Amino acid sequence: MVNTAHSPTASHGAEGTRRDFLYLTAGAFGVVGAGATMWPFIHQMNPSADVLALSTTEVDVAPVAEGQSITVSWRGKPVFIRRRTQAEIQAARAININELPDPQADQARVKKPEWLILVGVCTHLGCVPLGQKTTDQRGEFGGWFCPCHGSHYDTSGRIRKGPAPANLPVPAYEFLSDTTVRIG
Amino acid sequence: MATPSSSKFFGNPVVKWIEHRLPIFSFVDHSLGSQYPTPKNLSYWWNFGSLALAVLMVMIVSGIVLAMHFTPHVTMAFDSTERIMRDVNYGWLIRYIHMNGASFFFIVVYIHIFRGMYYGSYKAPREILWGLGVVILLLLMATAFMGYVLPWGQMSFWGATVITNLFSAIPLVGDYIVTWLWGGFAVENSTLNRFFSLHFLMPFLIVGVVVLHVWALHVHGSSNPIGIDAKGPQDKIPFHPYFTVKDAFGLTVFFIVFAAVIFFAPNVFGEPDNYIPANPLVTPEHIVPEWYFLPYYAILRAIPSKLLGVVAMFASILVLFILPWLDTSRVRSARFRPTYRWFFWIFVADCVVLGYIGAKPPEGWYLHIGRLATAWYFAHFLIVLPFLGWFERPLPLPASISEPVLKGAKATLMALAIGFGMLGFGAGPASAAGAPKPPAQKWSFDGVFGTFDAASRQRGFQVYREVCGACHALKQVYYRHLRDIGFSEDEVKAIAASVEVTDGPNDAGEMFQRPGRPSDRFKSPFANDNAARAGNNGALPVDLSLITKARPGGPDYLHALLTGYSDPPAGVKLSEGMNYNKYFPGNQIAMPQPLNADQVTYADGTKATVEQMAKDVTTFLAWAAEPELEARKRMGMKVMIFLVVLSALLFFVKRKVWSDVH
Ligand code: FES
Repeated sequence: MVNTAHSPTASHGAEGTRRDFLYLTAGAFGVVGAGATMWPFIHQMNPSADVLALSTTEVDVAPVAEGQSITVSWRGKPVFIRRRTQAEIQAARAININELPDPQADQARVKKPEWLILVGVCTHLGCVPLGQKTTDQRGEFGGWFCPCHGSHYDTSGRIRKGPAPANLPVPAYEFLSDTTVRIG
Repeated sequence: MATPSSSKFFGNPVVKWIEHRLPIFSFVDHSLGSQYPTPKNLSYWWNFGSLALAVLMVMIVSGIVLAMHFTPHVTMAFDSTERIMRDVNYGWLIRYIHMNGASFFFIVVYIHIFRGMYYGSYKAPREILWGLGVVILLLLMATAFMGYVLPWGQMSFWGATVITNLFSAIPLVGDYIVTWLWGGFAVENSTLNRFFSLHFLMPFLIVGVVVLHVWALHVHGSSNPIGIDAKGPQDKIPFHPYFTVKDAFGLTVFFIVFAAVIFFAPNVFGEPDNYIPANPLVTPEHIVPEWYFLPYYAILRAIPSKLLGVVAMFASILVLFILPWLDTSRVRSARFRPTYRWFFWIFVADCVVLGYIGAKPPEGWYLHIGRLATAWYFAHFLIVLPFLGWFERPLPLPASISEPVLKGAKATLMALAIGFGMLGFGAGPASAAGAPKPPAQKWSFDGVFGTFDAASRQRGFQVYREVCGACHALKQVYYRHLRDIGFSEDEVKAIAASVEVTDGPNDAGEMFQRPGRPSDRFKSPFANDNAARAGNNGALPVDLSLITKARPGGPDYLHALLTGYSDPPAGVKLSEGMNYNKYFPGNQIAMPQPLNADQVTYADGTKATVEQMAKDVTTFLAWAAEPELEARKRMGMKVMIFLVVLSALLFFVKRKVWSDVH
């Protein structure tokens, strides 16, 4: 059997410290290296350059009549574009926002009152709410209704009733002309 | 054998609690820890088992990650591989790890096997241990072969065709087996799909056999350079910390070599042809397997009968199973077998010769040497080894492992270096016949520190856009990539918008034209290959995305080709519509001289000579082929420095830990 009697008491002071220092340095280097090596293997699962490059969508909204909606795909998600009627706009603006679960004025959610543009993904657990077709169920507030667990959204896409915690998000968008919108 | 630190660990109440329910710590301690006694005289040659395990892990992790991005379909396999190289975050790194990892796996495993042969590690009572190793080798070969098919380049496709056709040599049922393997009447999409599935599965079978291999190892423990059994505890030391630290040090040294290839010569083991997408209608002129299959390939071709060639090839591996019984000597280590030692090195040389011959065309002297080497390969196992055991007079064996003072760490390290040095061979098979070697140019992106000359690369883009782009596509490049060569966001948009691309269908169900966007691929000059042929007298202008990687000689060749036009020398008759080019294989090229002086006007005032334009466009195309080059070398530098420091630290740790042995 080899001699492993390096007990701390018997160790020759400075020699023992030097040895510990060496072991710790090597160990620390190994740990740092292993950690750094993990990063590429984690980061590869983030969106790749081609996916990021496709993150804008241009939409021609000319064919959308008042009261109608269209759904377009942006980053793989549905985006709701609704051309609201005057009645809908008024309904959205005629309430006291302090009573809302997620208080936000309708004015802050649109660039042009006519056009309401939303990411059509329920903020509860990600279903796509109903209400895009005029024949769809639109919930108690005339906006959208998520059938998965019963969330009601109003004509500004704000959560009014049900388990969803937040309003339907408004994506970044820009009107390139009166009839074209770039989303993203 | 318990060291003070380990008894302290096992005294910990949490450890005790777990141990009582799942004795996992003592299991590890008995397998790879302080309770696993190991011969104290193992040399660095005994590192290669743990290295192979490490490479297996690296391959599984990188492979699982690649499978997240790869699409096993004939129309997408090549492109999705290129997407991994260009657009997936660190995709180039992970693919180069995986691609070169296969080669390093074989390097490590072959050294491991030769070590076993030199020291007689396969002898009783380790025959099953050895046999399981041969099973691992076979599985490894199958896995590597199927993996090589996946990127769906020319070598992938034709390698798959040739190897699967080996089974057609089987009498009567051969053709049915091949059709069954393919799932069709040629290598096609169904083949690619199943190879992907099996390539994913087999590493886990390897893991299973490795478990058996290590289990068998633990029954009698490692063999050792002296080859005699340990006589008692004074001959052994615990695996931990002695061999854990030695293996860790060996691993970092191995990683230095591995990283050097990944970051600075990632295609050294590869074939340029595999950067050409698979084409079922054209076989490349020289098809060669990956270097690790070359010896078997030489054996296959040495025998002028289809069936016997295939049989010999498989027999060359299967014979390893019965090696423990073919070798009749009772002395294990070649250290004490003076004659065997000679035959061992002759055998190693024979394998190297076979590898060399496997890379050469099967004609003339190559064929004769290949036959001789094949004959010797089998003679070594079937004649030399059985008889040598009877005739050879071994040297006297030492009484115990502890008795001889083992020196020679230096010699071992040197042998290790030679081992690594040897592996480069076979990487460069026959170059194109009938054309001189292109003269080497000085490229800004050469060497370890080289980066692309940005001005030349931008000028080169102009040459591509105004000249080459009229016929040649650049499909793997997207307009957005131009940001990487110094164009601003707005410039990229303007360049993209200068072409009309087809998109759709729109709401009316029709395709429509729209200006290009940065997220579009470079627009191809022709709608499809047939249109391209029709517009070019039947010759297809090749896609240039990977041209510097897809030709032997790379950038030098491209430059030589662009500047190599001249009138044919007297006596050379050109076919209709062909042009003479000194550097084109066969000298007759359909493309007329593409570059003429002052064909473009450079904005920076550089004079547009043919030479200048050739240099510039080659620089641009080298970037198009390897857009990761600069990031790769930068990261490589950091990794190398880190690994050198780490291995130096581990070297001293190892010395410290081992200071009380000997
Ligand atoms: S996901 Fe919409 S209510 Fe639950």
